[in-house]
Amino acid sequence: MSASKNVKVNVEYLTRVEGHGNIVVNVKDGKMEECRLDIVEAPRFFEGMLRGRSIFEAQHITSRICGICACGHSLASILAAEDALGFTPSAQTVKLRKLLLHQEMLDSHILHIYLLVAPDLLGVKSFVPLIDTHNTVVRRALRMKKNCNDVCDILVGRHIHPISSIVGGFTKLPQPKDLDAMLEILKGLQPDMEATIELLGALKFPEFSRPTEYVALVNNTNEYPLMEGELGSTDGLKLNKKDYRKLTNEFVVDHSSAKHAKASRESYMVGALARLNLNYDKLHPKAKKAAEFLKIKPVCTNPFLNTVAQAVECVHCLEDSIAILEDFKENGVKQEEVIIVGLNEKGTIPVKAGKGVGAVEVPRGILFHNYEIDDTGKIINANCIIPTGQNCNNIERDMQKLVPEILDKTEEEITLMMEMLVRAYDPCISCSAHFLNVKYVNR
Amino acid sequence: MSKPRVAFFDFTCCEGCQLQVANFGETLLDILNLIEVVTFREAMSEKSEDYDVAIIEGSITTEHDVERIKHIRSRAKVLVAYGSCATIGGINGMKNKFPLDEIGKYVYQDKAKHFPTLPTRAVHQVVKVDYFVNGCPVYQPEFVKVLKCILAGIPYAVPDYAVCVECKLNENVCMYDKGITCLGPVTKAGCNSWCINNGNICYGCRGMVTNPAKNGQMDILKKFNIALDWIINKLDMYNKPRELDERK
Repeated sequence: MSASKNVKVNVEYLTRVEGHGNIVVNVKDGKMEECRLDIVEAPRFFEGMLRGRSIFEAQHITSRICGICACGHSLASILAAEDALGFTPSAQTVKLRKLLLHQEMLDSHILHIYLLVAPDLLGVKSFVPLIDTHNTVVRRALRMKKNCNDVCDILVGRHIHPISSIVGGFTKLPQPKDLDAMLEILKGLQPDMEATIELLGALKFPEFSRPTEYVALVNNTNEYPLMEGELGSTDGLKLNKKDYRKLTNEFVVDHSSAKHAKASRESYMVGALARLNLNYDKLHPKAKKAAEFLKIKPVCTNPFLNTVAQAVECVHCLEDSIAILEDFKENGVKQEEVIIVGLNEKGTIPVKAGKGVGAVEVPRGILFHNYEIDDTGKIINANCIIPTGQNCNNIERDMQKLVPEILDKTEEEITLMMEMLVRAYDPCISCSAHFLNVKYVNR
Repeated sequence: MSKPRVAFFDFTCCEGCQLQVANFGETLLDILNLIEVVTFREAMSEKSEDYDVAIIEGSITTEHDVERIKHIRSRAKVLVAYGSCATIGGINGMKNKFPLDEIGKYVYQDKAKHFPTLPTRAVHQVVKVDYFVNGCPVYQPEFVKVLKCILAGIPYAVPDYAVCVECKLNENVCMYDKGITCLGPVTKAGCNSWCINNGNICYGCRGMVTNPAKNGQMDILKKFNIALDWIINKLDMYNKPRELDERK
């Protein structure tokens, strides 16, 4: 029957994703003629706008690329700026940044699992109907999200567009009472996290498999790498972060304002599933336990299970946050490290001309910021490469494999499956729409 | 009284202000007792063309944006500009400093023609706006205040005095005294000096006060030996589209 089937799917403004994207599928007489994901977000020209701004403004500006990944962009920007300036942050600063990144991971994953994915698995259109049918679940989700936000409020002033985390360190540092408050919130989050893992264990995810290359940061230590290390993949790729362009290898396609990427094979995947596939052994023991309970182990080739990998990472980030805070409680926070920089009016940080790359594992995968500055600290060139942009190509290839496998379903069911597939990647389209390349004049 | 039907629409922005709604936590459920959210693309698949209050996030940067905002205005009884991008053009406005075809080519090279763009405008520069919720991101307590005003059918006046007023009440040491320039003296209050409380400077995300104490500002610049260009450049990070107001 499916051999002569016609299917037309055209989802305009896909909902429950960050940013604007369309799904187009066209099957004629059982033959797939078109199958693609269009990125239709209005371009914002960030890289262009950064030119002429001070390197000390870059994190404030690029944080505004995305409301969900604000802390991630901010951190990648800071690392790139410090790399360009030749500045080495203190051990305390690095630890606080890791704590901040954990909150971002938790917050974003929780939003994705509960508000964006769960409605599909429970057969409703959004979390709103769940307020009546699954009130405790909705309350838990909102409470968990609020908890991460409250920790960010204490740590950096707020979660969306963090205030005190800057090039050089922090403009405000947590006091002993702040450490207690954050610890209390995060320990209070533990039972909700257990309930989340249980909930996910009860949900049924679509079965599908398409092996691809999984890319994430890798390192030689025992730490689950999120901010340090080099680029690695399941196909054996190893690159210094400075050579990220060899990985991302972008090419332009007409239908999308986000460039596509490929590395060792026709496409690759970044994000929670890629990280789990590459760095499973380094997860916190409790996170591994959650993974065993959820029956996910490396190498997992079902992109729908990216959501499950996110839940495993949530446990890791929560437990590691608690460990970091307990360590600070024991050893104290050196308040004398507070740094007020502004636009470096007082020359607090020595400035020289240079280039720098920041690579950070943000909720949706590896994020690159790359700046070139002159000897006054003005930005000459800027480039940001966003996880969703790297995943676009892989998403389309998944769609192209999935459609023929589900042709016997109704057009409505096919549409929903395609939406669920795209959502599983947790695409952040407002990010990817302006990550297009900048040509470096000197290269 | 039936609950007002509220729709959220995102234009050119980072969608962080919409997310501030999800960040209310369980308070969100109390808010949902008072309003009925009928469209919220970031979190809901339900959509409706029938709404009383339209909350607009983002600035207007394409022809499509212009058509869309006019359509929304024609259907909404109340229209709210929500966040810096919508109220003052915000970060997107920095684009206006460059010739549009030049910046297009810089970012998209030979594909630039696929991404047509207009100078960034705030929402009120295209259609009439009834309520303004300033800030990047919006300050939740202020958003609640504005919601109450909308429900009561009374206007909301954005504070038109400087951030310094709130900053002094919060007993912060002035950034100028620390040798750092700050836009607090010319920026509208209402955020409870959020950034300075956390050790950073004011970046001007809430827009300029309508009647800044110009002579006082010049004195400050002179006292601390700061060039006017320096301050203007800082202001342009969020406030570049203000020039389109002046031209009107």
